Amino acid sequence: MASKQPDALLGPESDSQRTQYPYVTGTSVVAIKYKDGILMASDMGGSYGSTLRYKSVERIKPIGKHSLLGASGEISDFQEILRYLDELILYDNMWDDGNSLGPKEVHNYLTRIMYNRRNKFNPLWNSLVLGGVKNGQKYLGTVSMIGVNFEDNHVASGFGNHLARPILRQEWHENLSFEDGVRLLEKCMLVLLYRDRSAINKFQIAKITDEGVTIHQPYSLKTNWEFSAFQNPSQGAVGTW
Amino acid sequence: MSTSDVELPPKGGFSFDLCRRNEMLSKKGANPPSFRKTGTTIVGLIFQDGVILGADTRATAGSIVCDKNCEKIHYMAPNIYCCGAGTAADTEAVTDMVNSQLQLHRYHTGRESRVVTALTLLKSHLFKYQGHVQAALVLGGVDVTGPHLHTIYPHGSTDTLPFATMGSGSLAAMAVFESKYREGLTKEEGINLVCEAICAGIFNDLGSGSNVDLCVITKGHKEYLRNYQVPNHRAHISSKGFTFPKKTEVLLTKITPLDEKVEVIEAGDAMEE
Repeated sequence: MASKQPDALLGPESDSQRTQYPYVTGTSVVAIKYKDGILMASDMGGSYGSTLRYKSVERIKPIGKHSLLGASGEISDFQEILRYLDELILYDNMWDDGNSLGPKEVHNYLTRIMYNRRNKFNPLWNSLVLGGVKNGQKYLGTVSMIGVNFEDNHVASGFGNHLARPILRQEWHENLSFEDGVRLLEKCMLVLLYRDRSAINKFQIAKITDEGVTIHQPYSLKTNWEFSAFQNPSQGAVGTW
Repeated sequence: MSTSDVELPPKGGFSFDLCRRNEMLSKKGANPPSFRKTGTTIVGLIFQDGVILGADTRATAGSIVCDKNCEKIHYMAPNIYCCGAGTAADTEAVTDMVNSQLQLHRYHTGRESRVVTALTLLKSHLFKYQGHVQAALVLGGVDVTGPHLHTIYPHGSTDTLPFATMGSGSLAAMAVFESKYREGLTKEEGINLVCEAICAGIFNDLGSGSNVDLCVITKGHKEYLRNYQVPNHRAHISSKGFTFPKKTEVLLTKITPLDEKVEVIEAGDAMEE
């Protein structure tokens, strides 16, 4: 018989298990503030464990008029979050008062959801990146699955924190142009493609400015495998492994 | 008589005798202390004339920095150096051991050591100990066959690469390398890139810090640049220094001379029989 820990605190619900493991996951999302607004990039892969099961998953979605939400982690939880946000935006529109929820408000709402779910030991297994522009004010923040939230000039989720943020800390500056911003994001995504096993070579870049949201068509980056050391690694010692 | 009476000398390598007992203990909940990475960023890259190795200088014991300026680039041979990450005692001991073996080998063959020799000695030793010698190394050097750069993992596997990073800061350093490395770098470009990579580790990883050490190896020549960059110097030192507010008053002086109790035996070698 499998060992079950007695859940005296849970009472009659002690038969249900709340711990979760993610099943279909997305990998990193990277986002930066630039001159006109926010740029966000992610790849389009959905991994089922170690299999790359889905290759056209859109992990960046527009929220209302002023925000973009990118998510890594469990895809089904991301879809649930989108439904919550849909309801939120709908109720906001029903007021019909000329005001609309900005990125700061949406970020706060998401933080509350994530933290409260974590407190009930039933987390939504996602790391969210929320960016947007309202009345010229740019906003970029992140929420993790345990409710840790902060805002910064550049954020990343998952592996992006280890591989992309060092690059961004060195090379980001205020008032990047659109081209420079995209080039910087592509630099980060290329490193992630080389060094993250769950990344695929199919990216989407999304942009949000005061004018609105643009999510570009997916495209791939050029990779370089032509180092001479890769051509014949055992030339120094024939028969080595 | 029975073979159990004969005590065989230990054959060397990892002894699996206690493995069953350890497994049984783990199942009962008594786990051994887990692998402790001592926090490092070490890198190496191949440029047009040879190899450049780089390392940070922080040694940690848990969450305390126990040495602010340690040396992680170890000498193996006049033309081969090795950076070590992981348990400091293991990296020191294993590089020291292979250094001595290489020297004996040089006397035996009369030739300059080759990087693959050091590589094979290190990997065989580490594999023999099944990963319990926790040393992750970046080995680089220039010999008659050209410049070489290898990484060696604690279990004994190796890679031969144009650029490599190891340690807790390896992801930050690798991000710099992957975006900026190209073939045929000059010495200045190579040094700058290695410094950038180590600095990325120092400023983005908590296990790495303090200064940048470099070692540039080319054919027939090597430069060991200790503390090449000091981005974390003590910035705010009081110019007045520190003085104690008042001198200690002497209230009483009492001197007690110690009696001589030692008898010195003079003349004659007491040891000689």
